[in-house]
Amino acid sequence: MRRRDVMAGLGVLATQKAVAAPMPWLSPDLPDGTRAIARMVRPPGKQGLIQLTDRPPNLETPIQALNAAITPTEQFFVRYHHANIPEEKTFDNWSLEIGGDAAERPARLTMRQLEDLPQTDVTAICLCAGNRRGLVQPHVPGVQWGHGAMGCATWHGPRLRDVLAKAGVKPDAVEIWFEGADTATLPNTPAFHKSLPLAKAIANETIVATTMNGGPLPLLNGYPVRLVVPGWTGTYWMKHLTRITISRVPLENFWMKTAYRVPAGLFPFGSPFPSQDRAANVPVTDIAVNSLISWPIDGDEVERSGFKARGLAWDNGRGIRRVDVSLDDGKNWQSALLDRELGPYAFRTWSLDTGPLPRGTVSLRVRAINNGRDAQPDTYVTNPSGYHNNTPHRATVKVV
Amino acid sequence: MPGHIRFPVLWRAGLAMFFGLGLGLGLGLGLARAQTPPLAEGPGRDTVEAACAVCHSLSYIQMNAKFLGPDVWKAEVAKMRGVFGAPIDDTAAAEIVAYLVARYGVAKP
Repeated sequence: MRRRDVMAGLGVLATQKAVAAPMPWLSPDLPDGTRAIARMVRPPGKQGLIQLTDRPPNLETPIQALNAAITPTEQFFVRYHHANIPEEKTFDNWSLEIGGDAAERPARLTMRQLEDLPQTDVTAICLCAGNRRGLVQPHVPGVQWGHGAMGCATWHGPRLRDVLAKAGVKPDAVEIWFEGADTATLPNTPAFHKSLPLAKAIANETIVATTMNGGPLPLLNGYPVRLVVPGWTGTYWMKHLTRITISRVPLENFWMKTAYRVPAGLFPFGSPFPSQDRAANVPVTDIAVNSLISWPIDGDEVERSGFKARGLAWDNGRGIRRVDVSLDDGKNWQSALLDRELGPYAFRTWSLDTGPLPRGTVSLRVRAINNGRDAQPDTYVTNPSGYHNNTPHRATVKVV
Repeated sequence: MPGHIRFPVLWRAGLAMFFGLGLGLGLGLGLARAQTPPLAEGPGRDTVEAACAVCHSLSYIQMNAKFLGPDVWKAEVAKMRGVFGAPIDDTAAAEIVAYLVARYGVAKP
């Protein structure tokens, strides 16, 4: 069906047309409608990504590329709210404006001036709060992400607090607001502006990234400069950063007051955001503890002599304490071997030698626990927008 | 120990697509859009295409199918008008909701 469309023009593969619908890069648990429009694409400067929508672009990393602590830049996922993305050349004379009612003075920094500030590296996961929304049952509206609205990179640039110091932060500052260069088609659509509480903005780990994995940021990942907020979900990681406002008051817009919120008390691991928290709901902040089986994937055939399962585990920076793997769909669990940690905010790779297996179908499951004793729930914690889906990932394979 | 793992034929085909499609779709996002299937035929489709595609590709609709009830589709259209400022009048909005419910709403039991 879709496969035929996708493969039209790929004469070399045409002989395999009769084979029914294998899309090993797409989870079978996604809505049928999502599976019908998903495409493997290679946009400019990128490699194989699963396109869910093209305007604005929402592209996820195939699970096969989520098999290492660092995600290749070329396959790092892409998420936009608005369709107008400036071309790279429009940033040739880019500078960052800093101001606001809690700034001592307005400031403007060129790329050169950013690079002259003390530089730091942080290896951190950028993860969309709605990652795995498409796997939530019952489905909820939104971008129907599979497993790949996440990635981990080494980001480099000055600390945000050193950037803010160029304008000076007055004692009554409450929030830092961020604007990027991408815009909506219609002038009256709320611009995608976001804010951070001062405490997270001036934290040691929060940086203004000018490079990613040692190279320039791809346009679709926020060129020339994006905010990096380790431990917090991607919604705060403003791309194409153009303006920072040091503010005495909370940012009041759709993206802070209505979107990206979860019921209060439902996810206790979330950092408080005092100026935005309400009795009924609070902003989604920290990344939930979670894990993934990178290998094997659903539908693979494996030898009954056994194999080495591999995967990733991650959290909000408290650090992974243990990863458990089940070879019988959750009845019995054993601890996986954890590889060296690249940093508290990075993916932690794990592996497990299965030993001999019985013939037939085997369902692997994985779950992680972090140093704060946060664990993955057996069943999805329902919330209206489908955030924080961290139920144990399953891969069902055939032992031959 | 990759040597211990046998890939079924389908998976090999998938891998070939995984690495081969990049070449096939080297023209990027615009080409990929052209390959997305059109919206289902039905009354109101022209109105939907004219109103919704101003801001986003129509695949947003197909992606969210078929699992939303009439109230949710109605709320989505109301959000596009009320929050995002889409210039859709009441008549067009009713037509759009009817189309979305009929073509992309949750299947009735």
